[in-house]
Amino acid sequence: MDWTDIWTLAEAKQGKLHTVSFELLTRGRTLADARGCRLCSVVLGDAIPETELRELLARGADRVYVVDHPALARFLVEPHAKALRYLIETYKPEVLIAAATTTGRTVMPYISMQVHTGLTADCTGLEIDPETGNLLQTRPAIGGNIMATIKTPTARPQMATVRPKSTPPAPRDEARLNASLGEIVRVDVPESLLTARMRYERFIPDESQEVVIEDAEVIVAGGRGMKRGENFKLLADLAAMLGGSVGATRAAVDRGWQSYPRQIGLSGKTIAPNLYIACGISGAIQHLAGMQTAEYIVAINTDPDAPIFQVADLGIVGDVFEVLPAVLEKLKEI
Amino acid sequence: MRIIVPIKQVPETSNVKMDPETGTMLRTGVEAIVNPLDLYAIEAALRLRDAVGGQVTTISMGPPLAEKALKEAIAMGCDDGVLLSHRKFAGADTWATAYTLAQAIKALGAVDLIICGERATDGDTGQVGPGIAAFLDMPLATYISQISDVADDGLRLNRMVEGGIEVLWTPLPAVLTVVKEIASPRLPTLRGKQRAKSAAIPVWGPDELNLDATKIGLSGSPTRVVKIDKPKIARHGEMVFVKNAADVEVAADQFVAFLRDRQLI
Repeated sequence: MDWTDIWTLAEAKQGKLHTVSFELLTRGRTLADARGCRLCSVVLGDAIPETELRELLARGADRVYVVDHPALARFLVEPHAKALRYLIETYKPEVLIAAATTTGRTVMPYISMQVHTGLTADCTGLEIDPETGNLLQTRPAIGGNIMATIKTPTARPQMATVRPKSTPPAPRDEARLNASLGEIVRVDVPESLLTARMRYERFIPDESQEVVIEDAEVIVAGGRGMKRGENFKLLADLAAMLGGSVGATRAAVDRGWQSYPRQIGLSGKTIAPNLYIACGISGAIQHLAGMQTAEYIVAINTDPDAPIFQVADLGIVGDVFEVLPAVLEKLKEI
Repeated sequence: MRIIVPIKQVPETSNVKMDPETGTMLRTGVEAIVNPLDLYAIEAALRLRDAVGGQVTTISMGPPLAEKALKEAIAMGCDDGVLLSHRKFAGADTWATAYTLAQAIKALGAVDLIICGERATDGDTGQVGPGIAAFLDMPLATYISQISDVADDGLRLNRMVEGGIEVLWTPLPAVLTVVKEIASPRLPTLRGKQRAKSAAIPVWGPDELNLDATKIGLSGSPTRVVKIDKPKIARHGEMVFVKNAADVEVAADQFVAFLRDRQLI
């Protein structure tokens, strides 16, 4: 059997699909249309409701492969990797894309090694080469200094992870369901594959991560220019007004002003929010690498030569402690 | 406890040049450092060893000059180092790199734990750590922020994920990739530097390892670089200069107008 079809790896937690699953369908739809093949989505989990699976069909999947088993209730690499590998070897997809989440960035490399194929991490662009039909995978590398386009010419499947939030979720199309487009295929994976040496004990929600900054549409971030931790209150106020979250540079995190889960840049998170407001941030290349794909960037800094202004759509050369309070006042009036 | 820490020598990321022909990095003339995220792996390994005894061996694949990275790890307190260096290893992608490192780790004998950094700051893939686990068929736990319990038969771990922490128990041997929160890396000591200076770093090539020659280097790599572009980062946005109190009001108005025009409020 030939390697065919575009697959996306949906992510489910406690029976609910994560939005990134639908973002992957947006990517996958373009690729499947270019290849003239089916778009399939894979769901690994426990007691996933039929309505969730049908949601994938409504959003463009032609086929949904489901492995539903208690061993897949929580993410552990071994059973997830073995179940997915079983599906790959049984149905032979040409392309498999997953989200560059902690799950995707763990299970995808593990599998790619075992099935002996290439994997490109954290892609920002995916397209089909019209000549060869290969998947062209574009990603930032070397701290965002370059964009590299990579292919896997012969090994299959061609595997890639893509950044969450880098595309909108595929829209829901009720007509697809009414027309009974698409099918759900439940796959029984041999029990022997669904074992784990590692044990999942519990989950501790992190309140400081209540809004996961990777998911925030708006980020108000501060750097060394914020001068002290208490001053981040100003940023939190603005973030609250804009429905966003607070981020920080490495300099600010190293000084203990913010916690590491909020760090943006090479040694922290890569984010692509709709709006990024940089306050007292000079814009070291390592920081820019983590935020320069934001849709809109506003920067406030006293130094007119700060590199952050080169990536800003609106640059305010001034004192953040004068400008932000004035902005907050005006926003309150609206 | 026998702990292996695979590390990578990386260029200072602010100053990188690429070979436009091959799409690989030009390493000459660029300052090379230990991948900053690997320092956390080294620190985690040293703390474990200091707590329960054992040996920390660091291993790296790279050009002969990568010996410097291993010496730095020894200066921090690692017991010994091995360098995998041969022209046949050159051009390896993450698949071939993980394969080669895994074969070398097998050659080191019985191992209890492998600790990797989350990713390297140059390639930024984070794939080699999980890859080593896959090749060695060991349990894998990524994004580890704390090792909270150390027992004879395993470790209790905190795994930092979206929205919180997963508490995991793993038997040994296992592979971990660690994040920054695990511990802050120590500086090399004077005594460590002296030890590093005199430390002999064995250099292994394909002949020293039990390798499938078709699985190493560029020819053993499933991926190919098609092209390299400079990202366009400059946006040439509008600039507002605040010189006095009146300018503050103007700037704030501009800010609010900017948000309104783009339907951000």
